[in-house]
Amino acid sequence: MGSHGIKDQVAVIGMGCIPFREHWEASLDDMLIDAAVLTCESAGVAKDDIDAFWFGTSQSAASGLSLSIPLKLEGKPVTRVENYCATGSEALRQASYAVASGAYDVAMAIGAEKVKDGGYQGLNAFPIPHDGTKRSLTAAGMYSLILPAYAQKHGVDEGELRMVLAKIAEKNHYNGARNPLSQFRREVSAEKICGMAAVAGELSVFDCAGVADGAAAAIVVRAEDAHKYCDDPLYIKALSFVSGNGSGVTDPDYDFTSLPECKMAADDAYAQAGVTDPRSEIALAEVHDCFTPTELLLMEDLGFSEPGTAWRDVLDGTFHLDGELPVNPDGGLKAFGHPVGASGLRMHYELWQQLRGKAEPERQIDLSGRDRKLGLVHNLGGYPGEMVGFVSILGTEVD
Amino acid sequence: MRGIISLGGYLPFRRLDRSEITAVLGQGGGRGTRTVASFDEDTTSMGVEAARLALANVDAMPSMVSFASVSPAYFDRTNATVLHAALRLHRTTAAFDALGSQRSAVGALELALRSTGTHLVVGSDIRIGLPSSADEAAGGDGASAILIGDDDAGSPIIAEYLGGAVATGEFVDRWREPGSAQSKLWEERFGEIVYGELSVQAWADALEATDLTVGDITTAALTGLHARAVARTGAKLGIDNLADDLSGSVGNTGAAHPGLLLCSMLESSSPGDVVALITYADGVQVSLFRVTDAIAQYQAARTIASQIEAGGSVGYAKFLSWRDMLPIEPPRRPEPDRPSSSAAYRNADWKYGLVASRDQESQRMYMPPSRVSADGAVDQMDHIPMADAVGTVATFTIDKLVYSPSPPVVFGVVDFDGGGRLPIEIADVDADQVAVGDRVEMTFRRLYAGDGISNYFWKARPLR
Repeated sequence: MGSHGIKDQVAVIGMGCIPFREHWEASLDDMLIDAAVLTCESAGVAKDDIDAFWFGTSQSAASGLSLSIPLKLEGKPVTRVENYCATGSEALRQASYAVASGAYDVAMAIGAEKVKDGGYQGLNAFPIPHDGTKRSLTAAGMYSLILPAYAQKHGVDEGELRMVLAKIAEKNHYNGARNPLSQFRREVSAEKICGMAAVAGELSVFDCAGVADGAAAAIVVRAEDAHKYCDDPLYIKALSFVSGNGSGVTDPDYDFTSLPECKMAADDAYAQAGVTDPRSEIALAEVHDCFTPTELLLMEDLGFSEPGTAWRDVLDGTFHLDGELPVNPDGGLKAFGHPVGASGLRMHYELWQQLRGKAEPERQIDLSGRDRKLGLVHNLGGYPGEMVGFVSILGTEVD
Repeated sequence: MRGIISLGGYLPFRRLDRSEITAVLGQGGGRGTRTVASFDEDTTSMGVEAARLALANVDAMPSMVSFASVSPAYFDRTNATVLHAALRLHRTTAAFDALGSQRSAVGALELALRSTGTHLVVGSDIRIGLPSSADEAAGGDGASAILIGDDDAGSPIIAEYLGGAVATGEFVDRWREPGSAQSKLWEERFGEIVYGELSVQAWADALEATDLTVGDITTAALTGLHARAVARTGAKLGIDNLADDLSGSVGNTGAAHPGLLLCSMLESSSPGDVVALITYADGVQVSLFRVTDAIAQYQAARTIASQIEAGGSVGYAKFLSWRDMLPIEPPRRPEPDRPSSSAAYRNADWKYGLVASRDQESQRMYMPPSRVSADGAVDQMDHIPMADAVGTVATFTIDKLVYSPSPPVVFGVVDFDGGGRLPIEIADVDADQVAVGDRVEMTFRRLYAGDGISNYFWKARPLR
């Protein structure tokens, strides 16, 4: 028994991501086709060269047919994947394992979500028959429980913490404003965010992820084949996934100041990748900032900040684009937008761009002076106390 | 000996000041307050609350539960079965409704008093009328539950049934078409005359049947929806000590009111007192009781007087919107889908009875109940009813985005004394009045309706 990972066994040879927008003009099929075309071009392969597909969507479609029909695949296996907001990352994880196992030579992970055809604000849960006793609370409501809990536990003034959260949103908007693919390309000041009306606890809509349609994809092969396709592939150092047991919503010991599923996934990923000091070894991180307090807690759960200190690191600019450890350089869910099934792959797309030096010059992170060029993706689904947590680490070289 | 073993009266938390009606509409209203069921209460959920109070401090358990209401949640299916489930009564306990008029409530009471076995007689009403109407102002919302039985039921009788009388007459003084929010009234004098004749006869017959004289009566409560008839003819009966009919503070709660008045009278009675309940509803019914020595040991779970004291106000506009008289813009979120009937039936212990599971080894509580413990044991659980548990708000939030029939949702994470955590909505509270550390108890509510199916479950409410 053990989690061994597949370090350096699988490489990403191509990725594509369409702009995340309110795509009133594009259907789910359109977005899948565009993301698949971009990704095939990136890898220099044709769709017939791909042996198997993992298609992640949370609520926009069902079954592999939803991909094989629009792409007109011939005799190929397609697995539809769903794991809440970590769906896109889960698709990549499954495709990578399939390649590592030797079952297939070339696999595509593709994720997409058509959110804006629903006609309601925000994200909405797929109706599953139930006994009527489920919680009546939005995700924003559940995540808003973090702010007062963190303030109390770590002795931070709630007003000051409110500003810390606004600084997180300000940073992600700053980054998104410099990214042509992101949904919101406008800077917003922390002061303005603090002045917005609260919609859930102390959180305003500017503390919440953007709601967008989108699609993104990756093509993976065995590491030894990578250079047949690509001069500068990315190697998968770690893939970790933890599905929680829901104890936080039933156990009075849980205090809403940590996301244990994410911490467990991070610890496992660091062990797989041989990372011992994440703050210095990770060059950039894409994390699941579904709400601003989520990013705050993640800085501690991912080991970037000591418990109770992330709020200071946020104010110190540690996670800025030009900071010690840039976090969400592409704008994050906050500014890039959050089409559920696509987001995990979008996060990996930013690693694909940044680690290979292909981001737009004004937002390219300086990687010089690093022995190992490592990037981290964190993706979660669910709520504090009841979630799935994903962490991957990718690098430019085989160790 | 047969009579009353215990009683429970439930008043919803909110109060409408009747002068607000006049202020808004320039007519209607009046003095005093009326009780207002919250947006998440209906006659069934209030009936559950009253029944919980009635059963709280007694060992006797009913073999039959009846539910009377003029404004039931359902037709063509039984509402009393919801009470049966929420009270976790035995499968062999019967449950049925007596609907349509205030008369049904006193009829069910009379039936129980003249019957055998232990009966829980529940009356519950939400009294409505068109804006500015007399029914709107004079009405009140609430529920009452009376446990009737013999002296071998397991708990002592606190008020022995001495007997009574009834006078029935067919005359149309008020009526409502099914589905209408408005009851229509015949001119008042006619009803006053008929009720006058009927009440004099019923009162005389009741005294004769029980070998009592009017001088033996310690207290009498008179109630009926024809307020003028009650007021004018009551004086003719020669009773000195009339009980407060709660019209100034509560309003007339229809099917609940006879029981509420019995609760109220017995709260302040002494052994040997003779109390009379006289109900004017399509006839006149008189029931006479003698308070026993057991009243000295009887503890009301929550008195009517304390609930009148504890109310919080609701504005007239909110009152109208809660009663569907003033539609308001809903949040732009999907409306909840209907609960699954089969899933609800399967999970009835949890959904209606709030029964958690507790690991026999670690004693850890699981809400909702879990078959598997975090320590790995499977089906090694005890079943723990949590409806009467008290807890503390560990943290909370105000959600203005989520669908609610009356936004915003106040939502707390409740940690129970003795173990267990449940993230749950907090009822009967103003959003700016919640704090970490607040003490809460559980209350049975109608969360919403989907496709006409009422979705019942529990919420927390401040311990007051």
